[in-house]
Amino acid sequence: MPEDIRSLSEKTSAPKRSKRALVQRVLQEAGIGVALLLLIVIFSAAAPHFTDESNITNILTQITINLIMATGMTFVILIGGIDLSVGSVMALCAMVAGLVLKSELLPVPGAIAAAVVVSVLVGMICGFVNGFVSSFWSVPSFIVTLGMLNIARGAALEVTNARTLFQFPNVFNDFGTATLLGVPAIFVVALAMVLLGWAVLTRTIFGRLIYAVGNNEEAVRLSGHDTFRVKVAAFVISGLTVGIGAIVYMARLTIASPILGTGFELNAIAAVIIGGTSLNGGRGSLIGTFLGACLIGVLADGLILIGVGDFVRQMITGGVIILAVVLDSYRAKIAERTR
Amino acid sequence: MESILELRRIVKRFPGVTALDGVDLSIADGEIHALVGQNGAGKSALIKVLCGVHLADEGEMRFRGAPYQPRTPFDALHAGIRVVYQEFNLLPYLSVAENLLFERLPSRFGVLLDRRALERRSAELLKKVGLDIDPGVRVERLGIAQRQLLEIAKALSSTGRLLVLDEPTATLTPREVARLFEIVRAARASGIAVIYVSHHLQEIFELCDRVTVLRNGRLIGTFPVAATAASELVKMMVGQRLEATTREIGAAADIANAGLASAREPALRIDRLRVRNSTREVSFSLDYGEIVGVAGLVGSGRTEILRAIFGADPRDGGEIYLGGRRVEFRTPIDAVRNGVCLLTENRKDEGLVLAMPVRVNVTLTDLARISRGGFLLGQRERAMTDQSIQELDIRLRSVEQTARELSGGNQQKVIIAKWLFRSASVLLLDEPTRGIDVGAKAEIYTLLRRLSAEGKALLVVSSELPELMLLCDRILILSRGRLVGEVSRHDFDEERILSLAYSEYLAGNHRQDRFFE
Repeated sequence: MPEDIRSLSEKTSAPKRSKRALVQRVLQEAGIGVALLLLIVIFSAAAPHFTDESNITNILTQITINLIMATGMTFVILIGGIDLSVGSVMALCAMVAGLVLKSELLPVPGAIAAAVVVSVLVGMICGFVNGFVSSFWSVPSFIVTLGMLNIARGAALEVTNARTLFQFPNVFNDFGTATLLGVPAIFVVALAMVLLGWAVLTRTIFGRLIYAVGNNEEAVRLSGHDTFRVKVAAFVISGLTVGIGAIVYMARLTIASPILGTGFELNAIAAVIIGGTSLNGGRGSLIGTFLGACLIGVLADGLILIGVGDFVRQMITGGVIILAVVLDSYRAKIAERTR
Repeated sequence: MESILELRRIVKRFPGVTALDGVDLSIADGEIHALVGQNGAGKSALIKVLCGVHLADEGEMRFRGAPYQPRTPFDALHAGIRVVYQEFNLLPYLSVAENLLFERLPSRFGVLLDRRALERRSAELLKKVGLDIDPGVRVERLGIAQRQLLEIAKALSSTGRLLVLDEPTATLTPREVARLFEIVRAARASGIAVIYVSHHLQEIFELCDRVTVLRNGRLIGTFPVAATAASELVKMMVGQRLEATTREIGAAADIANAGLASAREPALRIDRLRVRNSTREVSFSLDYGEIVGVAGLVGSGRTEILRAIFGADPRDGGEIYLGGRRVEFRTPIDAVRNGVCLLTENRKDEGLVLAMPVRVNVTLTDLARISRGGFLLGQRERAMTDQSIQELDIRLRSVEQTARELSGGNQQKVIIAKWLFRSASVLLLDEPTRGIDVGAKAEIYTLLRRLSAEGKALLVVSSELPELMLLCDRILILSRGRLVGEVSRHDFDEERILSLAYSEYLAGNHRQDRFFE
């Protein structure tokens, strides 16, 4: 059947076909969206107060940090890498930014601005080291970022000798609970980052190269591109989102602790994978990641509301991750067969 | 003579090509049977069908009188067929002894490894092959030639009835080749039949009893070696020139060659280029509007030269001039910026991003053309890709189709399209028609001829000599990394070119192998 279609090769049918391809792509990505909707419907019916305004605000607040981290993680996973260091680097960013916030050398607005800049800078430097080392020496990023995970955690503890920082300026702390038209301000930040990242991935040369490198790095290199720079940039972007995530998290908690962010890397990776991005790189989208992060958040919240205990909840979340990749590989197989 | 193996009407198709087209083969008990043919003739496909790597689409096989239908390499092993491939299948971190007896490690009580028996038996086997190495040493510490002999020892270690050797001498020195011949003859004496695949015609005349010639997936014939001349064998391997459809391309090339030769501008000049890990220096030049072919056997260094020029691999020495100006291509980025491009022999792994749309593949070489300020202009991209597709007559439903979905010929055209998108003026083409069918080949030839008429410079590597003779204005001949000759179009002669290509391989020239320099 596909053979016949190919041999016809009529130009007139091209628009119709590309529309069908679009529908197909929407359906592919919609899988996770449907699952999310289903979950929302079920919890709306089964869980008391699930649809309350306060609960929805709660969910949005809960998923904010993960959404920010997962945005950067998507770039790294799309080039076929992984970043295990994001949780620890976030702690390091927070400690350094916390010191700046409390330094009293600058007036409050200046101190906040400096803290943001420093946090983002620290994150980007860590990301640069991850990307440079793994790309330059062709070491698996799994190992390099595992090392960075320990280095950054150690550094975070060293900065204040394991002390927790608190009593930040009120304006700063207020941001953590502020709302914008009823939506938590920090969630708006996360949403803006997702949208920005989505635009970069789908609308820019750099985004095009990210996908191409993830699919076939050698072909991209032999086409005359600097694949090294693309790969390093993906890690730097991951570091950037971590730096912003650190600020947002501090504002929400009103403290900076060197043990914060433990295990966050796994949540971020889970959101990306559930969102349908391939761990082999080259395939996936930030919309998927967004839906993946939402699904994890809704699931956790809904399960609490219907009275499922912490331990069982963790088990269910784990099961969902496995289910997501199994479904994904199943889908890939079907796609292969229908070719 | 009783035959141990009978192949009848074997057909094997791959997407876009028929690798084996009704091939018959009969191997007699206790003979050494040579299998020859050019690259792509179907030798490897035949061996892979024989040993269960590929499943034949049609035809039947009988081995030792019984129907034989291997579905996995294990089936072949079980039936008594031992294969030594070109690429090694040894486990580098295990000892020589363990590798030798890996399929039947001696044990005590069924679970414990019997180290003493292992040492003893492996020492015996090594002695049989004349390999003087410690069975306890790890394989990773052996040289390539030793590994090759170890593979053969391993194949002979179990009770096989048919031994298949695929280019076994490619890495051996003359002394080791002599040793190998003794081993193979001893195997024959003990009643084992041998299929011997080699480019070295000299070896075939020295060692083998009969020879089977394949060309383009078809059987040309089986002949007793003693009654066959080397020149006849070469003729059968090469075959007649491509037929009518391609004749006009040749005529066009002749005209172009006669008219423009004086007006050409120099494009590329390569001065004493040394590819990585080689001591051979290569110098040649290429003009705009000219197609220059590079002939030579696989492993003669053709691909390495193209990749070194393009900056895909580092080189050990030499200078490159483009339009008379000295250039330094440290990476492909530099080469592409200067309008030099490479179409690799490995279309799928290095040429295309298979999982992405044709549109993305075509525009990948020059994203600046379809963007403003780093942002892609979708409309312009689609329009420009559509234009490229029409210019090269690439057949597809939509530019949104992934490159994977296209046929081999159309994939190759997409790769050419992507370099034309970048306005490349010097094209280095490595096996531009490998694995595509005859019709598509003719289209590629026409296209390449057109590009040259438009003033582009083309350097074409191909294993198919008729193709080069049809297409090129000049042919350079490589043999074992050395540029052994250059022939212009009016002097083209298959036998002369082939004898040059084989020159460094014939008459015991094994010592010059690049692994041992």
